[in-house]
Amino acid sequence: MKEMSCKLLVIGAGPGGYVCAIRAGQLGIDTVIVEAGKLGGTCLTVGCIPSKALIHAADEFDAIRHASIGKSAMGINAENPSIDLAKTISWKDGIVGRLTTGVANLLQKSRVKIVHGRARFRDGKTVEVETETGQQLIRAEAIVIATGSDPVELPALPFEGRVISSTEALSLKEVPKNLAVVGGGYIGLELGTAFAKLGASVTIVEATEQILPLYDADLVKPVLRRLGQLGIKVLTSAKAMGLSANGEALLVETADGRKLDIAADRILVTVGRRPRTIGSGLEELDLDRSGPYLRIDDRCRTSMRGIYAIGDVTGEPMLAHRAMAQGEMVAEIIAGKKRAWDKRCIPAICFTDPEIVSAGLSPEEAREQGYEVKIGQFPFAANGRAMTMGAEDGFVRVVARADTNLVLGVQAVGSGVSELSASFSLAIEMGARLEDIAGTIHAHPTRSEALQEAALRALGHALHI
Amino acid sequence: MSAFTIKMPDVGEGVAEAEVVEWHVKIGDPVREDMIVAAVMTDKATVEIPSPVAGKVTWLGGEIGDRIAVKAALVRIETYADASSDEGFASPNDTAVIEQSAEPSRPPEEPAKSPPKDNGSRQASPQKAVEKPLAAPSVRLFARESGVDLRQVQASGPAGRILREDVEQFLAQDASSATIQRGYGRNTKTEEVKLTGLRRRIAEKMALSTSRIPHITYVEEVDVTALEELRATMNRDRKPDHPKLTVLPFLMRALVKAVGEQPQVNATFDDDAGIVTRHGAVHIGIATQTAGGLAVPVVRHAEARSIWDCATEMNRLAEATRAGTATRDELSGSTITISSLGALGGIVSTPVINHPEVAIVGVNKIATRPIWDDVQFVPRKMMNLSSSFDHRIIDGWDAATFVQRIRTLLETPALIFIEG
Repeated sequence: MKEMSCKLLVIGAGPGGYVCAIRAGQLGIDTVIVEAGKLGGTCLTVGCIPSKALIHAADEFDAIRHASIGKSAMGINAENPSIDLAKTISWKDGIVGRLTTGVANLLQKSRVKIVHGRARFRDGKTVEVETETGQQLIRAEAIVIATGSDPVELPALPFEGRVISSTEALSLKEVPKNLAVVGGGYIGLELGTAFAKLGASVTIVEATEQILPLYDADLVKPVLRRLGQLGIKVLTSAKAMGLSANGEALLVETADGRKLDIAADRILVTVGRRPRTIGSGLEELDLDRSGPYLRIDDRCRTSMRGIYAIGDVTGEPMLAHRAMAQGEMVAEIIAGKKRAWDKRCIPAICFTDPEIVSAGLSPEEAREQGYEVKIGQFPFAANGRAMTMGAEDGFVRVVARADTNLVLGVQAVGSGVSELSASFSLAIEMGARLEDIAGTIHAHPTRSEALQEAALRALGHALHI
Repeated sequence: MSAFTIKMPDVGEGVAEAEVVEWHVKIGDPVREDMIVAAVMTDKATVEIPSPVAGKVTWLGGEIGDRIAVKAALVRIETYADASSDEGFASPNDTAVIEQSAEPSRPPEEPAKSPPKDNGSRQASPQKAVEKPLAAPSVRLFARESGVDLRQVQASGPAGRILREDVEQFLAQDASSATIQRGYGRNTKTEEVKLTGLRRRIAEKMALSTSRIPHITYVEEVDVTALEELRATMNRDRKPDHPKLTVLPFLMRALVKAVGEQPQVNATFDDDAGIVTRHGAVHIGIATQTAGGLAVPVVRHAEARSIWDCATEMNRLAEATRAGTATRDELSGSTITISSLGALGGIVSTPVINHPEVAIVGVNKIATRPIWDDVQFVPRKMMNLSSSFDHRIIDGWDAATFVQRIRTLLETPALIFIEG
């Protein structure tokens, strides 16, 4: 067995792992990264990036098809548009390929050694990797576990045949005729909406009372409206029981106890993700858990000295940008710098139609924490730029402390609001007050003016409403 | 001032109590934020407990070896936080830090949220759970790197925002009150020096010698009164082309005589091959200090050199080594080594054998000491020899016999010159 030693070993080259390795390399730490699949992890290969490519293609196609049936208010006409999904997918694969190559280059530039293969802990300082060229033993002073997560499988609907996870959905060569989506969280809604725009007849089955249960009803309402326009059927408080007897439909029990068969040539199960903690020798290390996740402290340290964990394996929110920030921090801690997790907010985005952004506290969360709050909400219907884009649904909402006007949270729903998220989190991290946002010139005509107006409205003197 | 309690964290699933194995603090000790206060052990692991606050230890939860229940009080700390500022600010916040580590993410159905609140030592004020000090990321970083707890800093910005200037002012106050007035300042500077060249070779050589060779060191005192008289006479009457003699040439010649009787001492040991090579030639290494560090030039074939010759060659080599002009051959190939620190010789040293040799003779300083001659104390010039031997090859008995032989030769220096 070949052996090597290093100061830092990173297991998993997803956004958390590769950022950690790059930063460690920059800091002169002798670093090795192990990856069983492709560099870039879920995010780059079967998550954020490919799904956004598919969503964008679906949006483009939907707009053209909209014009083709004479519904374009802008006077655009098109005839018989069609989409070749196989070509769309290979375009998407090209983007993924460019990004994974980019990650490899960045790692090399930082002099990080990449080992391809599945890692298995031998003990807290030693990891075995099965590579194509044989067993490789790696000894490390510090180890970062960044193994990520997998889609959760429902016992009644195991992934096989027509039952697929988000991974397979992002590589379908043909648009399904009837698509059933089990799970009305953001992944199911994003993909369900995209396939509906591509021509599928989509039904979403959600077990709780509301789709996107993590967002408040005001934010979800415009999305629900749009789902209706797109002809997507939404069943809430409904339970997916399994396949129907002939295996060609999804069996669902509705809120009132009725049993329904939903015809589906594809059933997409998106009921959450679970941390990847088994099969890598982690069991034997017996690290402390927090529920199914690895327990970490504010420096991402696990219960074993010298072992850190970052990203999805450490729990919610399972977001690439959280993992990246953790990875960067851990690399600096290992380099001997004083760091601790002190972020005020981790913004979250749903790339639904329209998009939803949430940064910091919602009004309800703020009240639960004992704050008296001021809220300012400004609709895109009163925003010039939104009108010119023909997408006026939605709003920006600012939540602030009533006593000091300190901004506690900003949420928005609307077309393209994902790009506003940076100004929301910047305001919160910097400790901005309503007056700071109101006193900052926001360029006209842009959707961002809605943020300034929301702050003004919370202060009681909005100008354009 | 306010009190803060560090509780025994939930150190593992199903673990109800943990044993205190180490206290890193005692009552009255100051603690900094993140300083380790205790180590506790379960059957699974030892966990170090950091303090989330800065302050002074007022109470410890038990003795080493005591088992303390999870969530019971472990350490009490009087924090430096200003109580008047906002009671509900510092305290629930701190509790949150501790309990956060106990359950970073809380599955909604877990009913475990109540116990921490119930048995908290202070009354839980409004549930403003995680109220972090308000400061921009750059200010937080600056404070962290300066070792400042932002909760102790007076904010001057809007809405209680802490500015960089506030942290700087806090640091200045801290410095002026704590250190400058007393005239003593902490020096926290460190300097990293990379080992290169000769220094690195010395490090490797020394590590090799001490890790491979089990040393036995033997110290004996030698009466060099007669030798010193002889040396003075020889130096006074020396020919113009003769160098001034030190003790070392005499020792070199004594070594030649002694190894003639004990050839196992003048040897090199190839410990990888397990072969000892006894040498007829006596190549004597002379440990020499140079500007770059220790070097060992070699006087070759000391057995074939007169005492004057030994002195001349040694002086030449020492100069060449210090000037950096000594050749590789002149710096290698010794079969036995002499180490001498001259006037700095001290009374005892523990010389490190020059691997792969098996013996080194260390010379300590000559001093006039009172010696009892069975009738009275007489002043004698005394010198210690501290010699190390490779115990794998040389037994203590042989080592002692060898050193005693050298002692006899040096104490009666005429013996050095008598042939046969």
